[in-house]
Amino acid sequence: MKRLLKSNGAHRKLEGWPLLFTILTTLAILVGGIVEYLPLALVQSNVPRISSVKPFTPLEVIGRDIYIAEGCNNCHSQMVRPFADELERYGEYSKPGETVYEHPFLWGSKRTGPDLARVGGKYPHLWHVRHMEDPRSTSPQSIMPPYPWLLRKQTNFEDLPSRLRALRRVGVPYTDEEIENAESLAREQAAAIAADIVAQAGPAGLEDKQIVALIAYMQRLGTDIKPAVTADAGGALQP
Amino acid sequence: MESTNKPGAIALSIAGTGDLTGRRQVDVFSYDEQIVRMFVLATVFWGFVGMLVGAVIALQLPFWPANMGEYLTFGRLRPLHTNAVIFAFAGNAIFAAIYYSTQRLCKARMYSDLMSRVHFWGWQAIIVSAAITLPLGVTTSKEYAELEWPIDIAIAAVWIVMAVNFFMTLRQRREQHMYVALWFYIATIVTVAVLHVGNSLAIPAGFLKSYPVYAGVQDALVQWWYGHNAVAFFLTTPFLGLMYYFLPKAAERPVFSYRLSIVHFWSLVFIYIWAGPHHLHYTALPEWASTLGMVFSVMLWMPSWGGMINGLFTLRGAWHKLRESVVLKMFVVGITFYGMSTFEGPMLSVKSVNALSHYTDWTIGHVHAGALGWNGFMTFGMIYWLLPRLWRTELWSSKLANAHFWIGTVGILLYVFSMYTSGITQGLMWRAFDETGRLMYPDFIETVVQIVPMYWVRLIGGSLYLVGTVLLSINMFMTIRKAPKNLPDPAIAVPRKDVGELQPA
Repeated sequence: MKRLLKSNGAHRKLEGWPLLFTILTTLAILVGGIVEYLPLALVQSNVPRISSVKPFTPLEVIGRDIYIAEGCNNCHSQMVRPFADELERYGEYSKPGETVYEHPFLWGSKRTGPDLARVGGKYPHLWHVRHMEDPRSTSPQSIMPPYPWLLRKQTNFEDLPSRLRALRRVGVPYTDEEIENAESLAREQAAAIAADIVAQAGPAGLEDKQIVALIAYMQRLGTDIKPAVTADAGGALQP
Repeated sequence: MESTNKPGAIALSIAGTGDLTGRRQVDVFSYDEQIVRMFVLATVFWGFVGMLVGAVIALQLPFWPANMGEYLTFGRLRPLHTNAVIFAFAGNAIFAAIYYSTQRLCKARMYSDLMSRVHFWGWQAIIVSAAITLPLGVTTSKEYAELEWPIDIAIAAVWIVMAVNFFMTLRQRREQHMYVALWFYIATIVTVAVLHVGNSLAIPAGFLKSYPVYAGVQDALVQWWYGHNAVAFFLTTPFLGLMYYFLPKAAERPVFSYRLSIVHFWSLVFIYIWAGPHHLHYTALPEWASTLGMVFSVMLWMPSWGGMINGLFTLRGAWHKLRESVVLKMFVVGITFYGMSTFEGPMLSVKSVNALSHYTDWTIGHVHAGALGWNGFMTFGMIYWLLPRLWRTELWSSKLANAHFWIGTVGILLYVFSMYTSGITQGLMWRAFDETGRLMYPDFIETVVQIVPMYWVRLIGGSLYLVGTVLLSINMFMTIRKAPKNLPDPAIAVPRKDVGELQPA
């Protein structure tokens, strides 16, 4: 070791050979990534599949892409950790098999606002309409910015097929049928949500607006699995 | 091998040795200094822009009306801030450092002036495209890799141009031995390329939209393999290279330990890569990966402090110079913040600490201690050292530079301490249970309201830091105004490397 480090030692010689130096550096930096990534890609047991977890519907794909475009992940995480307080606050902790179809993952790294991994079904559709239009109407001291344009901007149904085809290329199992009928499937789901909003005494005419696509996505979050274990009010875990 | 560096070698005979007329003994060439001036100007400009966006988003949190319309919400501007300060500010600073020091360490002009300029303008064009696309909501959502696929391709192309220029310069070097700064530049260039390609793999679904080939758990790992190593190989290794070149120059002292530089270089570049999973503790990432990330992150403390020690100990016998030198003040505080951040980082990587800190502002505090303290101050120190040399005149105002140093330091402290307070407060509130076993603060909003005052303090801290950058801009502008009209590249004469013993007549 000492011979290596002497001021006229082996390393000194290496410092005169930039090509070899570069090759050795490259090898050094490749090791960690390979060791950490390959098992996740090749060993199935790292990401146990959950049969009830299915790909997002076409409308939900649009909604997810809106979530990404608006940068929601900068303030909201989607990853419930297996801690007592998180089970109590958010629900069942997040499993690896739940996000197998999520390109990109949206686990998030900051909670300026609450975690959304299990927000699906927590609030009625109209709550989401009001909250996005003006967060303070549902949460008086909220610091979240308002997103009123989502109630006005048209949902882009036309590029759904190309989005679904790209998702299929990266491994999400959409069928040819789904891709062909993507627009009508999406419009159908949107119409149902919009009708519910009207039934809840909310505004009409939202079926082709981005807010409905976003709501579809948010209402799906975390609902693919049934909780195995829940914490009761006393803090004890019950099956 | 004939040396071919412009403006060409001149045959000189050495008086008294007769026999040597006609044989070239000395190479005369010049360094490309114009390109360094360009990168320095870009650094300061984008530093101002990136920090201004930072101040805007800092305001938007405690004051939501500052979210002005669809294109300037926090969610759209935050990635613009991170990309601007990392790739535009730190990026241009790195390139200024590399172009200035590599030429001198190699005693060779850059291989291609054209490639240098393609690199410069290509990089600025990429930044501008980020400034346009990100507010428009064109984003992948992956942190520090938000730019969509056409821009990713441009980044790769420009990076290749830079790499070829750099490695060909190494190949044509006259100084046989590679100084330590060059090892760090090599590691930077190689690893950033690997990380960028690895994390950007995606299938396009349109000109401005793509989906990553990875999903869920795999995407999370690849993203944070990239994200943490963007810190390692974009914000650390090139700045260590910068430190190894500019600090000994400014202090007029040799680097403390050659052996330490070898040991900490190899251990740093090897260990850093494994640290990524510390961003994913207690998530759905398999536990073995999380543990590996923690263990390697803790080990990383040592090579990082190796760098800090080598830097600070270089000032042995020269500490008295700090009083008169704003450059050394910046470097010393910069290296100190580096040491602090590289202790805090391993600490935050410990799972039990991370259980409290993850998702809170403590992470933001940690980032900004490193970014403002290490990256910012090393950049400012380098620029204050370079300004008089690049523009062949005195710095316009050393008082203003000192003011920058003090205002900036106070800014960092306000920023970091407000974020520690906010982060730890919120983390503790989230996990608090009352005596009946219920959440003490069942409404998330209660934890937000509690920390809003700290958001105001952070805004003040960040704004002071921005003011410091404005002072630098003024000083730079006024210094350049005093500069001579003509700034020829400095001419250097060195003995040709294959000249043997001089033969007597």
